[in-house]
Amino acid sequence: MKVGRGGIASRLKMKRIQEAISTGKRLDGRGLEDYRDIRVRTGVIEKADGSSEVFIGDTRVIAGVEVSYGPPFEDTPGEGILICNAEIVPLASPEIEPGPPDEVSIELARIVDRGLRSAGIVDFSKMEIIPKKTVYVINVDIFVLNYAGNLIDASSLAAVAALRSTIKPVFEAAGGEIVPSGRREPLEVRSIPISVTLSKVAGALLVDPTSDEEEVMETRLTVTLDERGNICAIQKSGPEALSLEEVRKAINIARSKAPEIRRKIMEGI
Amino acid sequence: MSGEEEWRRVDGRRWDELRSIRIESGVLPNADGSAYIEMGRNKIIVGVYGPREMHPKHLARPHTGVLRCRYHMAPFSTEPRRSPAPSRRDVEITMVMRYALEPAIFLERYPRSTIDVYAEVLQADGGTRCASITAAAVALADAGIPLRDLVAACSAGKYDGRIVLDLNDHEDKYGEADLPIAYMPNLGSITLLQMDGLLTPEELDRCITLAIDGCMRIYEVQREALKRKYEVKKEGGEG
Repeated sequence: MKVGRGGIASRLKMKRIQEAISTGKRLDGRGLEDYRDIRVRTGVIEKADGSSEVFIGDTRVIAGVEVSYGPPFEDTPGEGILICNAEIVPLASPEIEPGPPDEVSIELARIVDRGLRSAGIVDFSKMEIIPKKTVYVINVDIFVLNYAGNLIDASSLAAVAALRSTIKPVFEAAGGEIVPSGRREPLEVRSIPISVTLSKVAGALLVDPTSDEEEVMETRLTVTLDERGNICAIQKSGPEALSLEEVRKAINIARSKAPEIRRKIMEGI
Repeated sequence: MSGEEEWRRVDGRRWDELRSIRIESGVLPNADGSAYIEMGRNKIIVGVYGPREMHPKHLARPHTGVLRCRYHMAPFSTEPRRSPAPSRRDVEITMVMRYALEPAIFLERYPRSTIDVYAEVLQADGGTRCASITAAAVALADAGIPLRDLVAACSAGKYDGRIVLDLNDHEDKYGEADLPIAYMPNLGSITLLQMDGLLTPEELDRCITLAIDGCMRIYEVQREALKRKYEVKKEGGEG
């Protein structure tokens, strides 16, 4: 789970991974810019308003969406609320222990959240129920069920797929109170942001790292793009630096990979 | 581009102008190293302790030192008052701040030890993570810890359709994009890079190069702050 710089075991692993990368291949036979098999399913949790399950290789993430209502934030009184939460539950890996979310889960939730928000995935200005008093609140809960690397891309994919599958309850105002109308309608999702995370391993940039590759990686850069090719979020995370050339290269790889992953999500729904 | 020269931002700056910046080193008698930064209306104080023995001991690493950071905002640093408990944002900034500083430090020289960097935001006005990293690098140097390079940090972004340098609180909140960068000027290494908002690939590249340019200018201010302290000591020394 930890980013980079492991102990003796990972130094041995590092050597094997390095040798593979010097031939342009990886231990599992993939090229540097190849993803593992990606599968997206939606509607996996009937009780949730929207849900999805994403597999990237052995990494498995499930996301649930609930649409409810509540008071708006003080600084955005006329706007709806989107809250993203991520948990890497203990059954996901022998290294995870029960407890409150650690910095890895918090960062994960915040990167996914920024991608959704910046891409304008929903129209926050159309989520008011009672002016200045009550707005729609969308909760996106991401659960990592099996950790095998590349959680950011998988979680972001799961969040978008779950939102796209969401059939939200319609709330109405009567006499200043909220009453459920009993009706449901699809949540209007305006954009499909895709996160592509580049990991720097043994000096090379590669996509979709396995957990072994993540254990020995130097650093990583996540680039989130919308369908028009605009960049809506970036996060560098990891103990080593990147040169400007590496950053530019990473952004270009992300731009070329995003449409391919976006197709997976379209097929899955 | 002809209108660019006359156009002024909400606080009167040109598009490529930094806020006024002042850094003072050695401001905390108890700390091994410290620095205070004012950048616009940001007021941030950073203290460094270490290298020192790691407590609790099980966190110590036998072959290398560990850098620990804490980014924290004072309850009175924002309007309205914020809760003193660390928020999810604080946890994330703490993490990226550690990643931003770590490449500058020869941690392998300090097995079993820790270097602790504490940043307290006393007043926040946009760009606090960058100002904290900038001050932390000066505090690390002030602590006498050898560094591969100083780390200077600065943001660029888009406000009102234009690319601007060093966003203030208003531009950060109401602008289209914010991109903080931390940079080691002599090594040409980017140690922090985040982005939030919406930019075309061309705008993104302009933001990155503009923010790096800002870092280069901030680096000069950092150097001056360290030199100034050294010179004062020389004049006022007992010798």
